[in-house]
Amino acid sequence: MGLYRENAIVLRTIKLGEADKIVSLVTERRGKVRAVAKGVRKTKSRFGARLEPLTHVSLQLYEGRNLDTITQAETIDHFRTIREDLDRLSRATALLEAVDAVVQEGEDDHRVHQMLLGALRTLEAQSTPLVVPAFFWKLLAHLGFRPMVDACAGCGTTDALVAFDLIEGGVLCRSCARGTRISPEALALLRRILGGDLVSVLSEPASQSGYEIEHLATRAMEHHLERRMKSVGLLT
Amino acid sequence: MQDLIDELGRMPGVGPKSAQRITFHLLKLPREDALKLATAIIEVKDKVTFCERCFNVSEGPLCGICTDERRDTHVVCVVEEPRDIVAVEKTHEYRGSYHVLQGAISPIEGIGPEQLKVKELLGRLDPEGVTEVILCTNPNIEGEATAMYLARLLKPLGIKITRIASGLPVGGDLEYADELTLGRALEGRREVE
Ligand SMILES: [Zn+2]
Ligand SMILES: [Zn+2]
Repeated sequence: MGLYRENAIVLRTIKLGEADKIVSLVTERRGKVRAVAKGVRKTKSRFGARLEPLTHVSLQLYEGRNLDTITQAETIDHFRTIREDLDRLSRATALLEAVDAVVQEGEDDHRVHQMLLGALRTLEAQSTPLVVPAFFWKLLAHLGFRPMVDACAGCGTTDALVAFDLIEGGVLCRSCARGTRISPEALALLRRILGGDLVSVLSEPASQSGYEIEHLATRAMEHHLERRMKSVGLLT
Repeated sequence: MQDLIDELGRMPGVGPKSAQRITFHLLKLPREDALKLATAIIEVKDKVTFCERCFNVSEGPLCGICTDERRDTHVVCVVEEPRDIVAVEKTHEYRGSYHVLQGAISPIEGIGPEQLKVKELLGRLDPEGVTEVILCTNPNIEGEATAMYLARLLKPLGIKITRIASGLPVGGDLEYADELTLGRALEGRREVE
């Protein structure tokens, strides 16, 4: 028990009682943490907007038996460009929703904070359509759900890969085909996303194969979560 | 008794402790006071509905503001909830009409424009000759998303769209202001006469 410091990204907040909030955070060293911010809903709260979702903050927290309590907050970045652009904001919200849903408390996961921060910084710099699907695929791969993209998940052949199936966990050849059709261009794009060619993928303009990958990424995330992604496509 | 505590605990802003405190307070009330409260709740449920035009709370088809002929109908102030109208009215600074969205866009909760009274707002613009829409949603992520969405929707219609300024609470200390609030306050600064 005691005080500790953490850098974190605010994922979402839930009202608690009259003036408090429970803040869901993905931290740099402790994975996901849910903490109480007392009095944050009062106009004169010393936290101000620092604990709004989509803020990168440096925090001081006090360990509690159930939930920790936030005692200090300083902004590192409030991603103003994202906040003031509806397209970027709805993309960022999809990232926050995915992380909040996928990462469980108590899992000692250092990578997710870094991945999310990277994706948000990318969105801050450019409103690229592929940020969300690329992030979903990377996140799923990081969690151990890496789809097979080089050979047929049914028979192992590398020829004529034409379909993608979530239950089989990857691409399928013409004779094993089931699930969704995937174009050769979309498959190439997916391979590049999973292969670490992210920077060049993200600089590409919107394309048909981009839409294919986006649609597939949302379905894959929903399949993994066993529920629908609420924020995806809500404002488009 | 537990039923009452549970029901009260479901009210916004009432935790289990407060629910218990209210229950004990009610127990001490004389029977007629308790009846008065119960009747008031039922009456409000039976009589109060939402205004057909602006979706404010109302005891008739149109609310007190929509039936007031002195109000300027060319300006519409868009708010999230009826209680926001009460807040704006208290300033005595506004003489236009209102439109209550009955919520805000919240992607993370899956609340989109279709669940709000957006269509209804669009339907008012022409018949009422609206020339200005003031976006008076909350200065949080949902309120901002809602304001941006409406601005994008309404701008092409040639209507003046304004957003309430966000800034520092009067009586607060500058040194405690967060960067986002202070940044916006600086941006919305005005010339001192
Ligand atoms: Zn096969
Ligand atoms: Zn009305």
